[in-house]
Amino acid sequence: MVPLGAYLLLSAVLFTLGAFGALARKSAVAILIGLELMFNAALLNAVAFWRYLHPQGFEGTVFAIVILAVAAAEVAVGLALFIAVYRRFGTADADDIALLRG
Amino acid sequence: MVTTFLFGLIALIMVLAALVAVTNRNLVRATMGLVLVLFGNAVLFVLLEAYFLAMAQIIIYIGAIAILIVFAIMLTRHVGEDWGPAFHRAWPWALVIAGGLGGALLFWMVRWPGGENTPAGQVDPNYVQALGQALVNPQGYVVPFEVASVLLLAALIGAIYVAWGGRRVKGPYPQRAEGGER
Repeated sequence: MVPLGAYLLLSAVLFTLGAFGALARKSAVAILIGLELMFNAALLNAVAFWRYLHPQGFEGTVFAIVILAVAAAEVAVGLALFIAVYRRFGTADADDIALLRG
Repeated sequence: MVTTFLFGLIALIMVLAALVAVTNRNLVRATMGLVLVLFGNAVLFVLLEAYFLAMAQIIIYIGAIAILIVFAIMLTRHVGEDWGPAFHRAWPWALVIAGGLGGALLFWMVRWPGGENTPAGQVDPNYVQALGQALVNPQGYVVPFEVASVLLLAALIGAIYVAWGGRRVKGPYPQRAEGGER
């Protein structure tokens, strides 16, 4: 049987990669992809904890469902903002969306 | 055993796909890397016997969110435009910060004694049915369920308003007849 630590390790690695992607990328969509990776790592963490510690309860699954719903809402709003910003600035580059300069 | 081997294989695929997702200049390829991570997540949920969540992951994440990301990419590119560099100038700082975050995470994780746990018990074969009943039970989890629904509704209304362009549509579409902006 796979120990719980293996799932947590995988989740930590995915979270770190997502954090790097969200911090280092230029395009706003690529930043969103990094954010989605972080959400998925947290979701994997939640489900692993549910299975290994309280598989008869519902709290873990409800928590995971709420994470899923919040991630979906966040992506919808984020992409709508991205489209509106692109319409205003003509570029998708996070470096160029800088009105508060200096 | 089969479970351990399968977990190792899926974990390896997921990490490689995540690397593609965060480093590729081509945004469509990055999104495909993300889809592979999402699918690997769904397979892991099946391994963890969370069957409802596996299906929800596929339908919601891959079937809606990843498609939405591809739409956003397609709507905001000029045809034949170069994708440009993947990272901005300060990317080593991002590596330092993310590496520090991951290092701190691992540091505290190995100190937790529960890492060798094996699964606590069995999952009820009627779990999904019981989950459905718990989600609408007033003494159960109906409040988080409804709150998540309202959150989604508010987010989608906001997203439609933001992406539409705001105040330009008035009344029964006279602008359309003139060919004006929507």
